Amino acid sequence: MSADERRHVGINLGAADPMAHRDAERAAFGFWVFLMSDAVIFALLFATYGSMLSATAGGPTPAGSFKIGSAFAETLVLLSSSFTFGMASISMKYADRAERPAPLLAWLAATLILGLSFIGMELHDFVGLFREGAYPSRSGFLSAFFALVPLHGLHVLAGSLWLIVMMAQVAVFGCDARVKIDILRLGLFWHFLDIVWIAIFSVVYLQGLIR
Amino acid sequence: MSDVTAWHTLFGNLSAHSLPLVRAWQHPSVSEVIAAGAGLIAVIAAAALVALVTALGKWRYLWKEWLTSLDPKRIAIMYVIIAFVMLSRALIEGVLMRAQQAAAIRTTGFLSPDHFAQLFSTHGSIMVFFMAMPFIAGLINYVVPLQIGARDVAFPLLNSVSLYLTGGAAGLMMVSLVVGEFSTGGWSGYPPYTELAFSPGVGPDYWIWAVTLGSIASTLSGLNFLVTILKMRAPGMHLMRMPLFCWTSLCTAILMIFAMPPLTVATALLALDRYLGYHFFTNDLGGNMMNYANLFWLFGHPEVYILILPAFGVYSEVVSTFSSKELYGYTSLTLATAAIAVLSFTVWVHHFFTMGQSSDINGAFGIATMAIGVPTGVKIYDWIWTMFEGEVRFTVPMLYSLAFMVTFVLGGFSGIILAIPPLDFQVHNTVFLVAHFHDMLIPGVLYGLLAGYHYWFPKAFGFRLNERWGRVAFGCWVAGFYLAFMPLYVLGLSGMVRRTQEIFDPAFRPWLLIAFCGALLLLCALSCLVIQLWVSIRNRAQTRVFAGDPWDGRGLEWSLSAPPPDYAYAVTPQVASRDPFYDAKRRHAAYVRPTRYEDIDLPRDSAIGLIIGATAALAGFGLVWHIGWLVIAGVVGVVAAVIARSFARNIHRTVPAAEVERTEDRWLRAVAEALPVSRALETTGANQGLAKVTS
Repeated sequence: MSADERRHVGINLGAADPMAHRDAERAAFGFWVFLMSDAVIFALLFATYGSMLSATAGGPTPAGSFKIGSAFAETLVLLSSSFTFGMASISMKYADRAERPAPLLAWLAATLILGLSFIGMELHDFVGLFREGAYPSRSGFLSAFFALVPLHGLHVLAGSLWLIVMMAQVAVFGCDARVKIDILRLGLFWHFLDIVWIAIFSVVYLQGLIR
Repeated sequence: MSDVTAWHTLFGNLSAHSLPLVRAWQHPSVSEVIAAGAGLIAVIAAAALVALVTALGKWRYLWKEWLTSLDPKRIAIMYVIIAFVMLSRALIEGVLMRAQQAAAIRTTGFLSPDHFAQLFSTHGSIMVFFMAMPFIAGLINYVVPLQIGARDVAFPLLNSVSLYLTGGAAGLMMVSLVVGEFSTGGWSGYPPYTELAFSPGVGPDYWIWAVTLGSIASTLSGLNFLVTILKMRAPGMHLMRMPLFCWTSLCTAILMIFAMPPLTVATALLALDRYLGYHFFTNDLGGNMMNYANLFWLFGHPEVYILILPAFGVYSEVVSTFSSKELYGYTSLTLATAAIAVLSFTVWVHHFFTMGQSSDINGAFGIATMAIGVPTGVKIYDWIWTMFEGEVRFTVPMLYSLAFMVTFVLGGFSGIILAIPPLDFQVHNTVFLVAHFHDMLIPGVLYGLLAGYHYWFPKAFGFRLNERWGRVAFGCWVAGFYLAFMPLYVLGLSGMVRRTQEIFDPAFRPWLLIAFCGALLLLCALSCLVIQLWVSIRNRAQTRVFAGDPWDGRGLEWSLSAPPPDYAYAVTPQVASRDPFYDAKRRHAAYVRPTRYEDIDLPRDSAIGLIIGATAALAGFGLVWHIGWLVIAGVVGVVAAVIARSFARNIHRTVPAAEVERTEDRWLRAVAEALPVSRALETTGANQGLAKVTS
């Protein structure tokens, strides 16, 4: 296989040295594998949640606890952040090594703001749940809820921290090969969290409406 | 702030009573004295090591050449050192347990029930997570990159992070010997027993955090090995040309990626129960411990194959090399390996047939369990056919392979008994099961690892291991195994419950005494390995194999000097067949000097892995003792180290072409001067690592 064929379509490393193309291939594939491993963790927490749905121990039930309106708003915020990240990826793709493209930084900042808003809204929800007596030590059902959903939130928090680091790196290094590869991986991570959230919205919140 | 709260802020739940030494002083009993003595030995050994390195003035060397090295060959050796240290501890614990049971017939013996329970918990946890897993990670790290013609693994820094997370976790196990106590819940840590309500001490917390760090390290290792094998093979090294050890490593890597997360989830949820009052596995408020059993064994069964598959790979290499024959049934061996990897995810319920699911479910899992024996049987036949009409030499690795084939098949037979649910009900939770899984894991893992250790040791260190002490050790391992575990089959069928500290049936006495003798023999086996290493190092001048090919090897790893240079391959090899080096020797195409050398880029040393492992272990210690500031400092340390590393740009160093040329020429000169030896002389001093090519 020639170096041209190995080039990663998403990041367009252009005239970067052949090693960078090779590294990009390994890095992207390795990160996909990591995401699949992480997906197993979420899958098991979903299974645990499913098996504990009825274990409410006389406490709050799914139908009684969840606010579908606010979960829907969170969904819109997170999906929008995937859009803004997509725009960031496009503005990165054609940036040169030394360039510090303003649109890239702006789209990353927009993603960060949306990510942090999502975390804020989710925390607000949690506080509301606690006030109504729906806290994790109340029942098996609430334990499962407060493992699955906050773990996704923790991932978003980690992604937000990563966004800040990448913005700093764009400012320091411009769009060198490593920055491009890392933003590519952050993009995969961010969109992965979106997919997990869609599953949470369907399995946890929508299903909650009918319980 | 009162003194009590100040103490608690600084030291959490630690107190003078946490030290076994203090406990032994206050309440002297044989059991407490043994516990304190074990802690004392650990401390003295650590102090002696520090003193030795200081006296030799080797700290700088140790730091620069080893601790911060990203060379997979060095990382591999450090993994194997961890494995041997932990093996020594866990083996001694096994002997103590056998001694206790042999002594405690209708009497209390010399160990308290609590101490005995800690022993079987640490023995199992260490053997699985901190002996077998690091040993396997070490072998794969050393051998796989060389076999596929790569200079390094895909993610060298991640490799070092995995090493130090494993090291940190093993460190937590050792600290539990000196500060506090360990879990009494067995290696599987079943709740609700390990919940706060029944185990309020720190024991299960040590178990949780040591295992969690270890499982994260293994997940990352698996990821690294997978990407290495799929993306870094030399030109021409198609998947179906890979040595079988690479195939089994590939399947093990996939299992690590998908089977370690269930363990991480199981321990994390148990931690939530214990630390934040969640109700996943508690008896009250909707907790359900069956979720734990499923999560744990969803990991636990693939884990068996994570451990066994690499050993199968070693046997394939060893049997083929020491029969001077191409591996029989290569394709069927790869297919069997892949089939085992897939089936390993479909049998986990057989670990708890008795826990209340319907007989239909038990039946399905029983059938799946028996199905997994088929590909394993295929492998045994393939190895036998490989030996058939070959030039078989009974070297130490070959002896282990032969002992494995016989012993493992025997364990497989008892496995078939256990796979049938109605029969399983009869012997469930007896020492029959203990006999069975030792009968699988000692030949299926330990013998394989030892075979690999003897086989590749000359490659890694440039001299062969002493053959005679190797044979003595082998004899002790095999005889010790049969003496220690065959009686347990009898005892198990007679109804002796596992994990019992006191025995009430005097009829068990002779069998327990035989088992105890076997355990002592196993201890002798380990001692023989230590003596062998000592003798081999002392006599290394006579056993040097610098030319690099002491066994007329077949794979690419034997085409390098022993030990190989840090860059491994001066020129990327081109592969055209399944046994590339063996064929090259026959075509007189081996040891050819390339026309020109080029600069080689290697990863620069880094302390980041060490920092991450150490801070993660400190966070784990903080969690065990509820020391808030230490937990925060540890977690912040890990995150800060990762972020700081992401800003590092000067992460490569270059080996200049001139230096490569010097190194390679020195080796090629040695090859030219070495005398080729025939296979009859390969274990004698005549063997300088150059094989006489006959056909």
